Amino acid sequence: MSGLAQNPASTIIRAGAAMDCQPWPRMLLRQEAWTVMAAALAREPGLALIALWADPTDIHALFVDEAAGAVLFASVPVQGGRYPALSPTRPGAAWYERMIADLWGHTAQGGTDGRAWLDHGRWPQVFPLATRPGPAGPAPEPPEFLPTDGQDLHQIPVGPIHAGIIEPGHFRFTAQGETIARLEIRLGYTHKGTLSLMRGKSPRVAARFAARLSGDSTVAHSLAFSHATEAALGVEIPMRAVMLRAVMAELERMANHLGDIGAICNDASFAFAFARFGFLREEILRASSFAFGHRLMMDCVIPGGIAADLAPGGAETIAQALASVEAELPALIRIYGNYASLVDRMATTGVIAPNLTAQFAAGGYVGRAAGRQVDARRFPSYPPYDAFPPTIPVLITSDVDARVRIRLAELTDSARLTQALLGAVAHGPISVTLPMGSGEGIGVAESFRGDAWHFVRLEGGLITANFMRDPSWAQWPLLEAAVEGNIVADFPLVNKSFNGSYSGVDL
Amino acid sequence: MVWRRIARNLLDGPATEPPGTIPEATTRALAAQLDATAQPRLGRSLAIRHVDCGSCNGCELEIHALNNIVYDLERFGLHFVASPRHADVLLVTGPLSRNLREALDRTVEATPDPKFIIGMGDCAVDGGVFKGSYAVEGGIGAAVTVDLLIPGCPPTPTQILAGLRALLEANAAT
Ligand code: SF4
Repeated sequence: MSGLAQNPASTIIRAGAAMDCQPWPRMLLRQEAWTVMAAALAREPGLALIALWADPTDIHALFVDEAAGAVLFASVPVQGGRYPALSPTRPGAAWYERMIADLWGHTAQGGTDGRAWLDHGRWPQVFPLATRPGPAGPAPEPPEFLPTDGQDLHQIPVGPIHAGIIEPGHFRFTAQGETIARLEIRLGYTHKGTLSLMRGKSPRVAARFAARLSGDSTVAHSLAFSHATEAALGVEIPMRAVMLRAVMAELERMANHLGDIGAICNDASFAFAFARFGFLREEILRASSFAFGHRLMMDCVIPGGIAADLAPGGAETIAQALASVEAELPALIRIYGNYASLVDRMATTGVIAPNLTAQFAAGGYVGRAAGRQVDARRFPSYPPYDAFPPTIPVLITSDVDARVRIRLAELTDSARLTQALLGAVAHGPISVTLPMGSGEGIGVAESFRGDAWHFVRLEGGLITANFMRDPSWAQWPLLEAAVEGNIVADFPLVNKSFNGSYSGVDL
Repeated sequence: MVWRRIARNLLDGPATEPPGTIPEATTRALAAQLDATAQPRLGRSLAIRHVDCGSCNGCELEIHALNNIVYDLERFGLHFVASPRHADVLLVTGPLSRNLREALDRTVEATPDPKFIIGMGDCAVDGGVFKGSYAVEGGIGAAVTVDLLIPGCPPTPTQILAGLRALLEANAAT
């Protein structure tokens, strides 16, 4: 017992019963071991919780230890509707535990927050993903927000319908004069029951839902879902598909970076940058449409390969769009840095405390702007990035300015990568037929926002359980922290510099 | 740097594309609809309020594109406003998630009459791929009377623009 108590959490997970899952085994723990593991997480800060989800009988947790180069996947059976919570030692688990309670009806024992999350009391049933969903409860109650105490505090409720062209969510600000004392975010409005729609479908059919988890990351999520499916079925896809998938993923990254950087500058009233970045984004989208048949490349990446080959002349069209970006980008980067009034709005605005970014295992530009050298293309990595490594920019100021600069650096690097990838696209088939197999798999892809992870369980060629983890899960809670002490008027700027996906976490 | 670029644009001409054609059939159908309901016309400029009813955010990306310098929406007298109280048109996306039903109802109520409601994207038409889920109502028609549907997943900026301009034309026709 004392031996177990001193063991780091990772050792306890490794001692579980290995279930077959590719490429990382799923370690099944008994509830007692899970309880000890949950407590031991406090002593192992390097073991990041990436995702927590469930199926009708078990809870699943995905961890990454970058320094040790390990991905650890653990499960625990639910007993009497309960499982030991992870939120006391991993604050990022709280939203997941609330989501699990709403969708499957499993209670996190000892959890830090027992309030409903996705279930706003509007569905015709409760626990929609449980084996037997329950009947809907009485009329919905008004949501409960965290209490605030203090002098001269006032609340500003914003949303769910926002003032701009953005997704819906509710922001509850508690402010003291102009200064934000607390922000509480309430999401779940765009919940579409996506996981339930994927169950019982073949991977090819279900891929349409993965592609619509978050439209701006449609390529990345299609890719992560395909990786998971292909791992579960032990399928290798042709090299041409691998390369063209990466081309699409980089185009998506650039299009989003261009659009968002322009929009952030616009929020700081710098219309010139908005115009130019928006123009370059449009060029990338048009090239994508010409080359792959869809401006956002939705449904272009499918399990087994890609849906259609590169159009004749597609490579040249992409190269032209890249050339426009590369021709104008250096000037735009200089302009960004040269306008004092612009930098003044960005620098030291929306700073996240460094320990929090690590605690929540933030990826993408949110993590990299806070000193975290993380990128799923580097670790755990996937083809073809082992042969075409990305350069990973890292800054430490963790403010709006750093997040913009990370994205500017990534733009330059993605343009370089795309060119290299295009020059090396092999000839050959673009897809393979998937066998009607069974198995479990985990897949990952680096979206423009960060690491997207998918889990899939197949039985006889059909999906029986799955989960899709958008990087926004780790970033939304950090937004709450980043705006504390900032003025209310800077919120749009800080929010835009995160650009969390609502649909991506609302499922 | 900025001035040099702007000067070059003056020489090269604008990046904005010439306006495309307006779909006549849609315009005529819309005009007939307006006559039938004897709805007062709003003139040649329309204020649009976007309402997201559970989209995947793909539709929003293409609405944003309308504001870039290539499509330059405002040259047609169309612009986005921040409040439904200022709006003539509600541009609604998403399959209408049950969690947003009340928000949509309240937004529609807050929009002064006469108003137009446009459903944009396959999701808004009938729920799209999310049709049949416990969590969606399957298209915005479940909650509101829709004046115009713009299908597509997502519709391209050109398609959205065509729909909006048809509405503008029908509205201006007397
Ligand atoms: S129509 Fe397509 S792009 Fe638009 S919200 Fe629905 S799934 Fe997303």
